[in-house]
Amino acid sequence: MSLDMLFNLLLKALGQTLQMVAVAGLIGALIGLPIGVFLATSGKGELFPAPALNRIIGAIVNAARSTPFIILVVAIIPFTRLVTGTSIGTYAAIVPLTVATIPFVARLAEAAIREVDKGLIEAARAMGATPLQIVFKVLLAEAKPGLTLALTLTLVSLVGYSAMVGAVGGGGLGDLGIRYGYQRFMPDVMLAVVVVLIVLVQAIQSLGDALARRFDKRNRKT
Amino acid sequence: MTILHTAVETAPSPLVTERPMVAFEAVTKRFGGADDKSQFTALDGIDLSVARGAITGIIGRSGAGKSTLIRLVNGLEKATSGRVVVDGVEVGGLSENGLRDLRRQVGMIFQHFNLLSSRTAFENVALPLEIAGLSATAIRDKVAPLIDLVGLGDKSDRYPAELSGGQKQRIGIARALATSPKLLLSDEATSALDPETTQSILALLKRINAELGLTVLLITHEMEVVKTIASDVAVIDRGKIVEAGRTFDVFTGAKHETTRSLLSAALGTNLPEWIRSNLKPQPSVGDRVLVRLIFFGSTAFQPLTARLVTELAADVNILAGTIEEIAGEPYGSLVVAYPADPAVTERAERFYAAAGLSTEVLGYVA
Repeated sequence: MSLDMLFNLLLKALGQTLQMVAVAGLIGALIGLPIGVFLATSGKGELFPAPALNRIIGAIVNAARSTPFIILVVAIIPFTRLVTGTSIGTYAAIVPLTVATIPFVARLAEAAIREVDKGLIEAARAMGATPLQIVFKVLLAEAKPGLTLALTLTLVSLVGYSAMVGAVGGGGLGDLGIRYGYQRFMPDVMLAVVVVLIVLVQAIQSLGDALARRFDKRNRKT
Repeated sequence: MTILHTAVETAPSPLVTERPMVAFEAVTKRFGGADDKSQFTALDGIDLSVARGAITGIIGRSGAGKSTLIRLVNGLEKATSGRVVVDGVEVGGLSENGLRDLRRQVGMIFQHFNLLSSRTAFENVALPLEIAGLSATAIRDKVAPLIDLVGLGDKSDRYPAELSGGQKQRIGIARALATSPKLLLSDEATSALDPETTQSILALLKRINAELGLTVLLITHEMEVVKTIASDVAVIDRGKIVEAGRTFDVFTGAKHETTRSLLSAALGTNLPEWIRSNLKPQPSVGDRVLVRLIFFGSTAFQPLTARLVTELAADVNILAGTIEEIAGEPYGSLVVAYPADPAVTERAERFYAAAGLSTEVLGYVA
């Protein structure tokens, strides 16, 4: 394969991967974050006590997370078709990616929010804060470094997941690697794909780390 | 300063019989399950008044129930039975909205400061005002003088991680004062601080109490705190108030064992271990008697030890002793030993009576 062809293939695949990761990451975070907040605040004696609902949603999240992604892709094909009108292609692949991202983000966000010192919640309550004010002014603000790292991890995982949606014609870098590098035995394509993936993941991780560090005011020198 | 003016306006007239700022009426708090076995009684029939404009200390060991008690005042905990009345309003009868209004009139500071790490000192002090829905301009006008008041005008833009413990607590105090409360609750506010910083924070609280006329209710396990700033004190032990009153009266006339032990630890009148382990309740021939002399008010300034030796005409050892200030009055305690000879002890009794000393026989040693 000519270098030019390889470059074009890589560029197209990278575009598809970025599209899938960005859209699934964005929608997944928008839905997963509130669920994470709910999971972290709805236990017994917490801000929005709803222990029964907390357990139900927790169970659904666990179920979704324990389903292997490739099975999830196939299992929700009817739903995918309902949303995008098709079950094949990059847009269609975004649906299962998003569905897998939601519980992932929810659990990570829950953990990050639970890290916030309970004393801060008490202090805010003592100031007369409403539960919603506590969520926005205390929990989310204080958990921001942790949430940033959680979202970073989500995006990195999404890059990995997106490699599997070649199975439904989603395209992307992983698919390119499998079809050209593996099935057509073109190690140079495989190598190029792997290098691009490594650079992509590195970039996401570095950006996330830098943002988290900027948000984190806990370890400043006195 | 603007805060000062509002405080002066609301300062109570001394002529009116004042209702207490906080009143606990037969308050009981139980934690745990519905059945008796899993229940834990944290507070048991508490009756206590917190005087308006005063600094009242509640002292007790850890687990005595003081944290629960102070959290009943702003409704962070609910009483199982009895009434908690804050400035005429029963806390237990308030709706969520009512509670939030009350909490904006009651500031609170904490042992571990509980400042938001993501906010600067300024933004931390601004938080209660944001919560109350004030405009950004109003908040700025309010916060800057408060940070000056606590002496950290130059640290406004620092994050808590860049501040020392004492500075964090000062910001905590400024934050608690932001909504111009009438009552300040202090939950072991100096327990995480070193002695020197503790003193500076206590001085600040005292100043705020005097300048703003703010009622302060504090809980602590440190006698030092109560002794330094509280005009009134209540001693709590296993969920019950065992002694309460003017700090000086309670300490000088300590009856309950808890009060005494807290007191002797703080006043350094604990006997050395080797003496305590050899103490006998009854004398045998040739033994020496150990007596604790307590002197306060005018007797604290007399040359008592010199006179003691002369009056007793016997050898007197001093085993432990201290002179302290409790709620602004001198208070001394001296543990002495002399022969348990009836002639000597009789002369001693006469001397104590004449000098107005209160005494306590601790035991006998060979």
